[in-house]
Amino acid sequence: MAHTIPLSWYLAISALLFAMGALGVLVRRNPLIIFMSVELMLNAANLAFVTFARSFGVLTGQIFVFFVMTVSAAEVAVGLALIIIIFRNKHSIDVDLMNSLKG
Amino acid sequence: MDSSGLFTLVPLIVFLPVAGLLVNIIFGGRMGEKAIGWLASAASGFAFVISALLGFALWTGSGQAVVVRFADWIHIGDLNVAWNFRVDTLSVLMMLVVSGVGTLIHIYAIGYMHEDVRFKNDIGRYRRFFVFLNLFIAMMMILVSGDSYLMLFVGWEGVGLCSFLLIGFWYDMDTLGRPSFANSNAARKAFITNRIGDFGFLIAGFTMFWWFKDLSFAGVFTQAEHIASTAPGVILFITLFLLVGVAGKSAQLPLYVWLPDAMAGPTPVSALIHAATMVTAGVYLVARSAPLYTLVPQAQTTVALVGGITALFAATIAVGQYDIKKVLAYSTISQLGFMVAAVGMGAFVAGMFHLVTHAFFKALLFLSAGSVILGLERGHHHLAHHDEQGSSSHEEVFDPSDMRNMGGLRKQMPVTFWLYLVGALALAGIFPLAGFWSKDEILADAFHKFPTVYWLLTIAAFLTAFYMGRQVWMVFFGMPRHAAAAHAEESPKVITIPLMILAGLAVLGGALNLPGVHSLTLWLKHTIAGVEAGEFNFFVAGLSTGLALLAIFISWVLYGRKPLAEGQEDPLKKLLGPLFTVFERKYWVDEFYWAVFVNRYVDIARFLADVIDGRFWHDFFHEKVIAGTYNWLSRTVLDLRVDQQFIDALANGLGELTKRISGGLRRLQNGFVRSYALAVLAGVVVILGYLILK
Repeated sequence: MAHTIPLSWYLAISALLFAMGALGVLVRRNPLIIFMSVELMLNAANLAFVTFARSFGVLTGQIFVFFVMTVSAAEVAVGLALIIIIFRNKHSIDVDLMNSLKG
Repeated sequence: MDSSGLFTLVPLIVFLPVAGLLVNIIFGGRMGEKAIGWLASAASGFAFVISALLGFALWTGSGQAVVVRFADWIHIGDLNVAWNFRVDTLSVLMMLVVSGVGTLIHIYAIGYMHEDVRFKNDIGRYRRFFVFLNLFIAMMMILVSGDSYLMLFVGWEGVGLCSFLLIGFWYDMDTLGRPSFANSNAARKAFITNRIGDFGFLIAGFTMFWWFKDLSFAGVFTQAEHIASTAPGVILFITLFLLVGVAGKSAQLPLYVWLPDAMAGPTPVSALIHAATMVTAGVYLVARSAPLYTLVPQAQTTVALVGGITALFAATIAVGQYDIKKVLAYSTISQLGFMVAAVGMGAFVAGMFHLVTHAFFKALLFLSAGSVILGLERGHHHLAHHDEQGSSSHEEVFDPSDMRNMGGLRKQMPVTFWLYLVGALALAGIFPLAGFWSKDEILADAFHKFPTVYWLLTIAAFLTAFYMGRQVWMVFFGMPRHAAAAHAEESPKVITIPLMILAGLAVLGGALNLPGVHSLTLWLKHTIAGVEAGEFNFFVAGLSTGLALLAIFISWVLYGRKPLAEGQEDPLKKLLGPLFTVFERKYWVDEFYWAVFVNRYVDIARFLADVIDGRFWHDFFHEKVIAGTYNWLSRTVLDLRVDQQFIDALANGLGELTKRISGGLRRLQNGFVRSYALAVLAGVVVILGYLILK
């Protein structure tokens, strides 16, 4: 397996995906895009789980990925419902308009 | 039959009148006048029955004193005072007089007050009168039945209170029914003058306790001789201060001034309290303290002189009075002087004898005078009714007790006239009425023991007969000097029947202690040691009777032969000139007391009120010192320095600090989700960086 791709490459891609996701969450104003960015961050984490599971030859990391995907699906369901309610009230889903709790 | 069990009944003499007054207080409002009056009379009458039973028990028994334990009262250190009843011949004699005469006066008052409250337009006070009368009987019974000087003092003060309440019975008017403080002033005068006497009594009581460690009669008298030999001044001191009390209560010089004013009370009160019973308490006190007085001749001399001088002094004033009750009041003072002189000389039996007979005939005189006054008021009312449509000629102030308004009442009020005549002759000492025997016994004793007093009393007796003659001529003879007298009406039976009983007693009372029989002397011998039967002295009796007859003759010459016409000056005024004015104005003693004592007292009171209380205590001490300090402390120190400048500043500073911090922090809460997310990210980066790099 001399020509296999080294571990650090997978981790670099994972880190890159996470950074892109975080940047998306921070700079975008459309909640749908923000959710997509959050998915990107979750999947970066999933990639890291799978990478280490493969590398150490254990299944724990691979199983954990299923949990993460389940939770993220549920989270998206709740999130989308919230977005619909907000849109009904404010006729917009721009996150910068949702600042009623500011001090 | 063993009658000693009767002694246990003795508390009833106090509690029956108390029960009577309680029933009248609680249920009197629904009972009606008749029931109230008869109930009060019955309460007093039963007390008389009990007193008579006690007398019977003493008479059938040994006659020795019986002390009935009733209740413990005071136990403080050495002082032990129980409320015990002392039943002996002296106290039973007093009980019989008080309840007997008292009951008759109660019955009389049923009729008298019935009219009096209607003339004065306040029917509601009828009940109060009988409550007070019963209270008086109860208090007088405590006085005479007490076994110690302290219990005697309780009754002494109690009767003083009743006297005050009853003198001021019509407290919102004067004796003529006009709105005024005159009656309440008279009540206060009596009360305050009596306080001066009570002060003497108290000093005597304190001294007694200090030296004897005991206030009961038995305890004091058994030690008296011993104390007299070791500390001779003590007994003199005690007896002289007791004399001050006697002078207050029994209206002797110089404290007699309240008694004439006490006539402001309704007439039954004048008869019961201010003639027959309460004022004799002083005489009783001296007789009761006989074992003390006999030890100190100086005290006896003083008492006898006070009595003798008072007897003469008051008799002269009585000569110059026009008010029918005032004459009797001064006469009472004079007769009390006789009694005090007698007990002072050691003639205790004669003094007590005169006390009893005087109670009979002076009550009779007062009550008859009340009947006369009512008769005149009836006549006056009668006129006023006849006159209703016409002019208001009867609106002028009419004094129904002024003898110058009377005259000729013999025809209008024949019953009252005869009764009055009996009383007057008894008082004048005409044989064989009660006054003759008792006064004569005093004079005979004085003749042997104390010639100075004998002559004082003899002149007083002469004047007594004179002013009584003057009164009878002025009131009942001649022609009416006022229309009211012409229309006067006789009193009803409820008034005249008690008078008839009293008249009977005034006639027969002398039988108590006839010369040669001496029943009263034998009776009192059980209680007062060493009394001896006085001898009948024909010179003394003859002289006093002769003088009395002469006085009555002179009074007939002056007032009977040529009756006083309307508005005419008193014929005695021509005869005596300025001396009569002195009598009429009562030697200006009241004015003298006002100038010397009352006004000085008012000055002191004013000084205390203005300067000490007003300027010093109020203006300076309270306003400046206390209020000023308090204000300075509260305003400057506590309010400004502590509260405003420290506590408020602290609280405000904390608030301001919190406000500033929160003002800074609130900027972080900007509501942009992204900035929160950035903060979370930054936090994670910092924590992770720390974990990795450490």
